[in-house]
Amino acid sequence: MKRALKADAAAELVTDGATVLIGGFMGVGSPHRMIDALVARGVRRLTIVANDTARPGVGIGKLVTAGAVARLITSHIGLNPETQAKLISGEIAVELVPQGTLIERIRAGGVGLGGVLTATGLGTEVEDGKQVIEVDGRRFLLEHPIRGDFALIAARQADYNGNLEYSLTAHNFNPVMALAADTVIAEAEHIVPVGVIPPDAVKTPGVLVDHLLERAPQGAH
Amino acid sequence: MDAKELISRRVAREIRSGMLVNLGIGLPSMVANYVPANLGVFFQAENGIIGLGARPPEGMEDEDLTDAGGGFVTAVPGAASIDSAMSFALIRGGHLDMTVLGGLEVDARGYLANWKVPGKMVPGMGGAMDLVAGARRVVVAMQHAARGASKIVPLCKLPLTATRRVDLIVTDLAVIRPEEDGLHLIERAPGVSIAEVLAATTAPLHVGDNVPEMELA
Repeated sequence: MKRALKADAAAELVTDGATVLIGGFMGVGSPHRMIDALVARGVRRLTIVANDTARPGVGIGKLVTAGAVARLITSHIGLNPETQAKLISGEIAVELVPQGTLIERIRAGGVGLGGVLTATGLGTEVEDGKQVIEVDGRRFLLEHPIRGDFALIAARQADYNGNLEYSLTAHNFNPVMALAADTVIAEAEHIVPVGVIPPDAVKTPGVLVDHLLERAPQGAH
Repeated sequence: MDAKELISRRVAREIRSGMLVNLGIGLPSMVANYVPANLGVFFQAENGIIGLGARPPEGMEDEDLTDAGGGFVTAVPGAASIDSAMSFALIRGGHLDMTVLGGLEVDARGYLANWKVPGKMVPGMGGAMDLVAGARRVVVAMQHAARGASKIVPLCKLPLTATRRVDLIVTDLAVIRPEEDGLHLIERAPGVSIAEVLAATTAPLHVGDNVPEMELA
């Protein structure tokens, strides 16, 4: 059984300078209360790994605005002009990674694989500095695994074993990130008694989850 | 009919019954408006849905159901929600029949550039590189020119999205098919002459004996 943490206590666990995987796609399926608590505690110098940085004032965009991010590994920042400005000014070092490569690098980090071979990015800037490996006459880029000190993920429903169920397009990076960090903190909309989530509906088995976040206060979202 | 509608209506004619299709954000997403609902096409959005539906009526949005641009959508009966690993497994693994993407430049080799303007705009590639590398058919839907300058060029100056030849380019002036020997002008927009297309294009175009007007959905 897992004890649910208050958001501020969970934010205390995340150390300055840590590498943090954060779920979500344009803020959908991001751990919003966890992000708010990190901003409130004034966390600094994070390396964030995430699909995107949403928009200013939304989801991961709040961490960018708060100056909490030193380094960013991501696929898209086009809808967040603040991230682009901080890239250009040099405040944030940004590594842009094709989305399908990013998810597979995180997966490799989480499932014990030494890397990914993909044709995505061949002959483009993405190839620069990377090893090209030929397999059965086809060329691939070798992409290295990614792991985090922490993964902050969001789910629709959790039970107190940490089993997670997701909703529609709020799955995105969350189930894969749950595999790829030393400490996994899950923020669910609902926490239900063990046994309520049918085994077939569990997409992230609770053994992967270290901490749950307490339910949102009544009336809050 | 404005340029975007014209392009969308022409691209819609490329979509066949039973296909799995990914539409990029912006102009390409408009194509869905001109595909008959009973055609049995599944639209994929790379953020994790197969069976993307129209925009929901106001007040019926689900905050966990959006397209890749973050806009609210619906899911059709029989839709499937998937995570990002499955989504890109479909894209990279050759399971996606067609992708429609916007473009900044396409060159005489049929190579697309659409993710970066160095020093000016660095949006990132998102899923575009995987889509162009992995989809079975790549259709570029874009305006023929930007601020008077041809976007169909001899050689891309902007960073490439992939070194895979795209299959079709649909613009407000023409339909162009890249092949081994270069770009072929195969259709022109209603009321646009071959000479007008050639004048608006800096890349060399092969022109056959018969270049009909586009048919629109």
